[in-house]
Amino acid sequence: MTVHTQHINMTRTPLPILPISLGVLFLGTAITMPFWGQAYWLHEFVNISCFFIFAMMWNLLAGYGGMVSVGQQAFFGLGGYFVLAMGNLAGVSPFIGIPLAAILTAIMALPLSKLAFRLNGGYFAIGTWVIAEVVRLTVANISIVGGGSGTSLTAFRGVDRVFRQHMTYWIALTCVVATVALILLFLRSKQGLALQAIRDSEVAASSQGVDVIRMKLAVYVVAALGCGLAGALYFASNLRISPDAAFSVNWTAFAIFIVMIGGVGRIEGPIIGTFVFWLINHYLSDYGTWYLIGLGGLAIVMSLYMKDGLAGFIHRKTGKDFLSIKRIYRSK
Amino acid sequence: MLETIIQGILLGGLYCIFALGLSLMFGVMRLTNIALGDQIIISGFIAIGMATVLGFNVLWIGLLLLPIAYISGFCFQGWVLNRTLSKDPLPSLVVTFGLSIVIQNTLQMVFGANPRSLDVGSLSTAGVELSPSLTVGVLPLIIFVSAIVCTFGLQWLFAHTAIGRSFRAVSDDREVAELMGLSAKRVFATATGLAFCLIALAGWFQGMRTTVSPSDGPSLLLFAFEAVIIGGMGSFWGTFLGAMVLGVTQQVGFHYDPGWGIWFGHLVFIVVLFIKPNGLFPKTKG
Repeated sequence: MTVHTQHINMTRTPLPILPISLGVLFLGTAITMPFWGQAYWLHEFVNISCFFIFAMMWNLLAGYGGMVSVGQQAFFGLGGYFVLAMGNLAGVSPFIGIPLAAILTAIMALPLSKLAFRLNGGYFAIGTWVIAEVVRLTVANISIVGGGSGTSLTAFRGVDRVFRQHMTYWIALTCVVATVALILLFLRSKQGLALQAIRDSEVAASSQGVDVIRMKLAVYVVAALGCGLAGALYFASNLRISPDAAFSVNWTAFAIFIVMIGGVGRIEGPIIGTFVFWLINHYLSDYGTWYLIGLGGLAIVMSLYMKDGLAGFIHRKTGKDFLSIKRIYRSK
Repeated sequence: MLETIIQGILLGGLYCIFALGLSLMFGVMRLTNIALGDQIIISGFIAIGMATVLGFNVLWIGLLLLPIAYISGFCFQGWVLNRTLSKDPLPSLVVTFGLSIVIQNTLQMVFGANPRSLDVGSLSTAGVELSPSLTVGVLPLIIFVSAIVCTFGLQWLFAHTAIGRSFRAVSDDREVAELMGLSAKRVFATATGLAFCLIALAGWFQGMRTTVSPSDGPSLLLFAFEAVIIGGMGSFWGTFLGAMVLGVTQQVGFHYDPGWGIWFGHLVFIVVLFIKPNGLFPKTKG
C-alpha cells in the first residue's frame, strides 16, 4: 500500500499595504500634534487610547482566545494602582512607572489565572468578575494607597505641566501603535494560528499538537499586560484614582461595546469600534442613563443581528479584509 | 456566635433562591444569565410599584408576580435568548450583560438611586423565640422554608416528571432529544420561565427582607454564582448547601468586621474553587 502524503501549501496573505501606509500617515500627523493641537485634544486622545488598548485586549481574549471575561477591570485597576504606589511611595517617575506597572500586572495575572482557568464558558466570565471584586475590596482596605476613597498621584509634583502632557501623549501614542503592531504580527505568526485553532476547537487543536493550556495562559497574561498598561496610562493622565473608578465593571462594559460594534475576532474591529464609541461618547454622554441604556441596547442588537460587527459588515459588502491575518490555500 | 450562624443560615436561604435560578438555566441550556441580579432587583421594584400604585396586599403581589415572571421568561427565551445559543458562549453573555446595563439604568431613571423596600407591616418585626436569648425573625424563617421547598420542588421536578425528563434530555444531547420529538426551543423557554419565577420570588423576598436599589444587581449575581460553585454544579441540594456556607461565612465575617464580610465570603469561594473545583458537595446523580 502506498501512502500518499498531500502537501498543503499555505501562505500568509501579504501585509496590507494600504492600511499600513494610512497608518503611517496618521502617525506622522499624530506625533506632531502637541506642537499644533490644543491641550484638551491631547488629554482626550490619551483617554481614548486607554479605551482602545483595553478593547484590543478584550478582543484578543474573547475573539481569538475564546475566553469571555467580565473581569478585565481587575487588571486595569491594578495597573493604575501600581503606577500610583510606585510614584507616591517609592518616588518612581510615572513615565517609567507605566511600563513597569504593566509588567507587574502581568505577573499578578499568573496566580489569578490558576483560579480563573478552573471555570469554563459563561462561568469563567462571572468567575473573573468575582476575582475583580476581590481585588477591588482588597485594595479598598489598604489605607496606604488611600483606602476606599482613593487618592491623588503626587509623583508629578515639580514636573512642568506642558512637558507632562506632551510626554503622556507620546507614551499613549507609542502604546497604541505597539498594541496594534504586536497583535497583528502575533496573530499572523504560527502561535496566532494555534490560538485561533483553539478558539475553533480545543480538542482538534490539541490533537494537532497545540499546547492548549500554555497558549491560553499566554493570552491571558498578555491581555492582563495590555489592560494593566491601559489602566496605568489612564490614571497617570487623570492623576486621581479610587477603587470604585479603577475596578468598575463599566470598563469591561465599554470594551464589550467597542468590540461588538466594531466586530469581534477582527483586528480592525476595535479600531472601528473605538471611533464609533468616541463619537457617541463625545456627543451623547451628557444624556447619562439614556446614553448607557443605548450602549447596552446596541450591544444586544449587534450580537443578535450583526454578530461580526461593522468590520464584518464592510468585509461582506466589499470582500476586503483591511488588516488581514488570514492564510490562504495555494494548490501546487 | 450561635446567633450569627443561625442568621447566616437564614441569609443562605435567600441566596439559595438566587442561586437556583442561575443553576436551572445553566443546567438545562448551558446559558449563563449575567442579568440575574438585575432581574431580581427589577422584580423587587415591580412589587414595590404594585404596592404603591395598586395598593395590593403583599401576598397578592407575590401571587401576581409569578405568572408575569413565567410569561416574560418564556417569551424572553423564545424570542431573544434562543437565537444566541450555540457552542460559543459569547452572544448569550453579551446579550445578558447588555440587558443588565439596560435594567440598571432604566431603574435608575424611573426610581432614582435611593434604596426602597416592600412594606410588610408587622411581619418585618415579628419573631419566634427559640430560647430566652435567641429570637429568630419570622420573615427570614419563611424565606428559608421557601428555599427548602424550591430546592425540593426542583429536584423532584427533574427526577420524577415529564418536564424534568425533557430538561435532562435536551441538556444531555439536544440533537437526539429533538430526534425523539422534543422541541428544544420550547423546553428551553419553559426552563427560563421557571427560572424567572424563582427570580421573581427572590426579588419579592429581597424587597421585603432588606432593600433594593438599582445598582445592587451585580453583587446578587456574584452571590448566586458563588453558592453554585461552592456547592458543586449539577445538584440542587449542593446549591442549597453552598448557599448556606456562603451565608454563614458572610455573617461571621460581618460579625468580626463589617468592612470585610463580603470579602470573607468571596475568600471562601476562592479557597473552595482552588482546593475543590467540583464544589464541596459534588453530585452523585441528581
